[in-house]
Amino acid sequence: MKRTPLFESHVGLGARMVPFAEWDMPVQYAGILDEARAVRTGAGLFDVSHMGRVSIEGPAAASFLDRVLSSDVPGMRVGRARYGFICNEEGGIIDDCIIYRRDRDRFLLVPNAGNTAGVLEWLSRWSPSEREVRVEDVTSGLAMIANQGPRAAEMMEGLTPDNISSLRPFSAVEMRIGGVESLVARTGYTGEDGFELIVPRESAAEVWRLLIESGATPCGLGARDVLRLEAGLLLHGNDMDPATNPYEAGLDRFVDPDRGGYIAGEALRRVRDQGPSRVLVGFNMVGRGIARHGHPIMDGPDQIGSVTSGTYSPTLDRNIGLGYVPTGFAPPGTRFEIDVRGRRVEAEVATLPFYSRRKSA
Amino acid sequence: MNPPDLKYSEEHEWVRVESGDLAVMGVTAFAAESLGDVVFLELPQADTELTQSEKLGEVESVKAVSDIYSPISGRVLEVNQQAVDNPELVNESPYDSGWLLKVTISDPAELDKLMTSEQYEAFLASQEN
Repeated sequence: MKRTPLFESHVGLGARMVPFAEWDMPVQYAGILDEARAVRTGAGLFDVSHMGRVSIEGPAAASFLDRVLSSDVPGMRVGRARYGFICNEEGGIIDDCIIYRRDRDRFLLVPNAGNTAGVLEWLSRWSPSEREVRVEDVTSGLAMIANQGPRAAEMMEGLTPDNISSLRPFSAVEMRIGGVESLVARTGYTGEDGFELIVPRESAAEVWRLLIESGATPCGLGARDVLRLEAGLLLHGNDMDPATNPYEAGLDRFVDPDRGGYIAGEALRRVRDQGPSRVLVGFNMVGRGIARHGHPIMDGPDQIGSVTSGTYSPTLDRNIGLGYVPTGFAPPGTRFEIDVRGRRVEAEVATLPFYSRRKSA
Repeated sequence: MNPPDLKYSEEHEWVRVESGDLAVMGVTAFAAESLGDVVFLELPQADTELTQSEKLGEVESVKAVSDIYSPISGRVLEVNQQAVDNPELVNESPYDSGWLLKVTISDPAELDKLMTSEQYEAFLASQEN
C-alpha cells in the first residue's frame, strides 16, 4: 500500500485509513457529515497527493497534448488550468484530468490516482521523440493539498505575501505558502471556492499543519465524495470509464472534436453528430432509500440503466444519485424506480448540479 | 461502554429485557462507530415476526450498508420512529434514544445464546487481533 507524504499527519489526527486505488488514505477524521459541513460553511483540507502528477515538457509539448486531450491546448495561456478528458480512439474516457500550463513549453497533468499508470502508458504510446517532448512521472516528489470552502481564501491570506484572493478560478501561479514554494491553483472538487496546492514532498506536513492552524478542518475521502456528488461532479471509475464517452456523460462543453490530429476526434464527431443513445442524469430519491453504484434503474419490469453514484446529501438533506438512462428518460421530472437491494424505490430526474454555491462578488 | 444490563450478539446488536416478555433492541456502539455517520434505517413494521439471527433490516451510513440481524425471535411491537427520522441518534445514543425496535420475546431461552457485556467486550477484543 502506498503512503502519501502526509500519512503520519493523518494518523496523528486520528484519521480512519482505508485502501483507495492502492493508496492508504484517510476516509474520515471526526465524521463525514461534520467534515462536509465544514467545507460548505468554512474551509476543509484534503490530502489529494494520491492523484498523479505528470510533467510534460519540450518544444512539441503543446501540440502533443492537443492530440491527446479533449480540448484546445496550444490556445491556453500560461498560468491557466483546464479540465478535460483523455479519450481512446473510440472516444471512451481513459481518464478525466486537469492540465496546467506552467510555461510555453511546460505543462503539468493531474490524472486520477487509479489511472495514472494507464495515462502514462497512453502518453508514451503517442508521444514523439524525447527531443520534442519529455513525459515524466513526478508524483512521488510532490504532495497535493486541497483547501476548499467559502473561508479558504481569507484563511490563506495570512500564509502568503502574495495576493491569493485575486487568483482567478482555473488559474495557477507559483507563490510561497508559509515560506514554501508552491504551485497554487484556484480549482477543486467540492463545488466551493478553494485552492489546490502542489508542494515539495518534504514540505507537505508543514504546509498541512499551517493550514490546520489557520482554521481549516481536515477532511477525508468520504466527505470529498459527498461534496463532489452534491456539486454534480463526476468520478472516473464510477460515473465514467473507457466504455463511456464525454457526450454520454453530459460533458461535451469540455470537448472540441474538430481539431486536426486529435486522436479521438473522428469517434467523438460521430457521437456528437448522431447524439448519444444514453446519458448521465442526476436524480433525487422520492421514496425511502439510498441508491448506490450498480443498482439497476427500472421502468416497470425492464432495466433501463444503472446507478453510478449515490449518497445521502447533508447539505440538501435528501438522497441523491447519478446514473445512465436512455435519452427519453433524461428530462428533469421524469420518474423511474431504482432496485435498492431488492426493494423498488421511486426516483425523479433532477437538474444538475444538485448544489451550487452562492457566488459572492 | 457497553451497559452491563444488556445482552449482545456477535452481529453487534443488543437486547434489553424490560419486563416479562417485553424487550428493546438496537445496534451496539461498536457497530455505530464502525459504520460512521448513520443516515438511513430500514426497519420492519409493527407485527412483523422476527427470527433469531435472521436479517431484520439495514443500517446505512454515508459510505456503507450493513444488515441488522435479530438478536432474538419475537414480534415487533413498536418501531423507534424518532430514530428512523433522525438516524444520527444511532451514533449519538446507541443504547438509549437510538434504540430500534420494541418486541415481545417469543422464546426467552434464546437470551442465553447471547453474550453479557463482559463477554461482548472480550469478543470485540478477539476480533481486533
